[in-house]
Amino acid sequence: MNILESMKMAWFSIMGNKLRSFLTALGIIFGVGAVIALVSIGQGATMDITNRISSMGTNLITITSFRNSGARLQIDDAAELLERVPSINAAVPSITFSKTIKWNSKTYDASLEGVNESFPEVRNVKVATGRFFEKEEVEDRQRFAVIGNTVVEELFENVNPIGQSLLIDGQAYSVIGILEEKGSSMGRDSDDIVIVPITLAQRLSGSKYVNTIYLQAKSAEYSELAVNHVTAIFTQKFKRENMVRVSSQDELLETINTASQTMSMMLGAIAGISLLVGGIGIMNIMLVSVTERTREIGIRKALGAKSYDILRQFLVESVFLSVSGGIIGILLGAGISKLITYFAGWQTMISGTAILISFSFAMAVGLFFGGYPAYKAAHLDPIVALRHE
Amino acid sequence: MLIEARGIEKVYSTGKVSVTALENIDLQIEKGEFLAIMGPSGSGKSTFMNVLGCLDKPTAGSYILDGEDIADKSDNEMAEIRNKYIGFIFQSFNLLPKLTALENVMLPLIYRGTPTRERVARAKEALRAVGLEDRTSHLPSELSGGQQQRTSIARVLAGNPPLILADEPTGNLDSKSGAEVMAIFQRLNSQGHTIILVTHDEDIARHSQRIITFKDGQIVRDRRVDEPLAAGAGAEAEEREQAV
Repeated sequence: MNILESMKMAWFSIMGNKLRSFLTALGIIFGVGAVIALVSIGQGATMDITNRISSMGTNLITITSFRNSGARLQIDDAAELLERVPSINAAVPSITFSKTIKWNSKTYDASLEGVNESFPEVRNVKVATGRFFEKEEVEDRQRFAVIGNTVVEELFENVNPIGQSLLIDGQAYSVIGILEEKGSSMGRDSDDIVIVPITLAQRLSGSKYVNTIYLQAKSAEYSELAVNHVTAIFTQKFKRENMVRVSSQDELLETINTASQTMSMMLGAIAGISLLVGGIGIMNIMLVSVTERTREIGIRKALGAKSYDILRQFLVESVFLSVSGGIIGILLGAGISKLITYFAGWQTMISGTAILISFSFAMAVGLFFGGYPAYKAAHLDPIVALRHE
Repeated sequence: MLIEARGIEKVYSTGKVSVTALENIDLQIEKGEFLAIMGPSGSGKSTFMNVLGCLDKPTAGSYILDGEDIADKSDNEMAEIRNKYIGFIFQSFNLLPKLTALENVMLPLIYRGTPTRERVARAKEALRAVGLEDRTSHLPSELSGGQQQRTSIARVLAGNPPLILADEPTGNLDSKSGAEVMAIFQRLNSQGHTIILVTHDEDIARHSQRIITFKDGQIVRDRRVDEPLAAGAGAEAEEREQAV
């Protein structure tokens, strides 16, 4: 008897008991669906974070002072680093704070960031309309502002903001540029921002210190060298180690990738357990089916079916169940991830590897858990089986 | 010589208790014979049929079917012998309930690896031979008892085995259907098929040419039937009797 006949028989048997077959496959359907959905959520999150870190700038190095360390960063530190560290291109000191800004009669609580002219290049930010401020304008404390899209929408309805004057702390800042939209991710709106020259931000925030200094390494290869160099400079300056955190983008990416890979795998493993439970469901039903069909097995054997004909018939049936459960599960999982993206706005990524692995796992589950019932059927004594009521 | 049984014994042992079901059976059956096995229940006739049908192996003695000794065959080889040499007809028909008459008849050919086209042709031919050519796509549940038994005869015919084993083939049938089935057997016998029939009904047995009687696991009688009953005539006689 060839495999095609076995498949035909399995098909008849499955279709002859549609509800039961469906319920049996349901365990596999949910198992595979869960694996696909969870892994795609995990991978989507990884991709989202990776993209966001990459979009922060190219070859970006970030310096922040450790809280409670007492160390403070100053504007001049940026200039000094640019001078002393040959492996970097640019340095941007940054102060962030909140202020209420006004235009005409409207007010808006905005996040302000004071930076220098290198900000667009280092932080990978583009100006959509207008321009960013120049080096001289920063030095001359020109009251210029470059604003994000959210601020535009909040304050300037149907008005071109370029050339308008914003009131910050009672002083007029002329809007000279609008940033390209970056969108929001993980609940933070990157477009809700007003950028002013750092020389003015110092006064506005009432602090002579800066929160962060951004550096741009000359290339990815120089990145590590620059990190070491900068770390050494600050260790020397504060006469102690670990006063500031100097981290490169690559490092950060690596850490996050490792962490999220682990997360994806754990999600997958948890979902894999439900696949196993689905397999046990298949075994259960196949055992019932063998008992129910004992007489049929006896008849087939009397008519000349060999043990492996019977074995194959039942194995094909359980693999049929698990594989079709796997296929439906893949569709279900993909559908769930699409729905999550649509309704919750989470980024998901349906992974080909996850599909392949869970599909082959489903098939293996069918083979493994169908194996024992099939073996049992194949080795029934035909005389006993024929007498079975 | 189609069947040669020598000193066959079958002992079932469950733990300490052993039951002798067959004891020293010697029997020879020629090709083309129509033979009935009789005896009360528990006399060993069913066990003997299982041995003849290669469903079971004797504990001692030798069973040679068409020149081949069954003793040294594996389970799979026995399955192959059943498929090629033996056709079973059961009291309860033993058709697969979810398959149509045609599909049921094709079953032995599936396990023989016959190509689909030839399989269908032979199954249809077999159904025609038992007068069921217009019932090919019916399920067993849609057929009468007599029709179901004729379907199972067609299943045997499709495989065209030299030996037909029938275990109480008329036991579940009314006398008219029973007579039809016996008529088919006699016709098949006249075409050269060897038929062994197990029954406890003397009237049925008298349709054969030779009657063997079992008792307590042994053959106690082996006699020729001088004038076998003709199945059609028997049924008519019975009908006349009922009319009177």
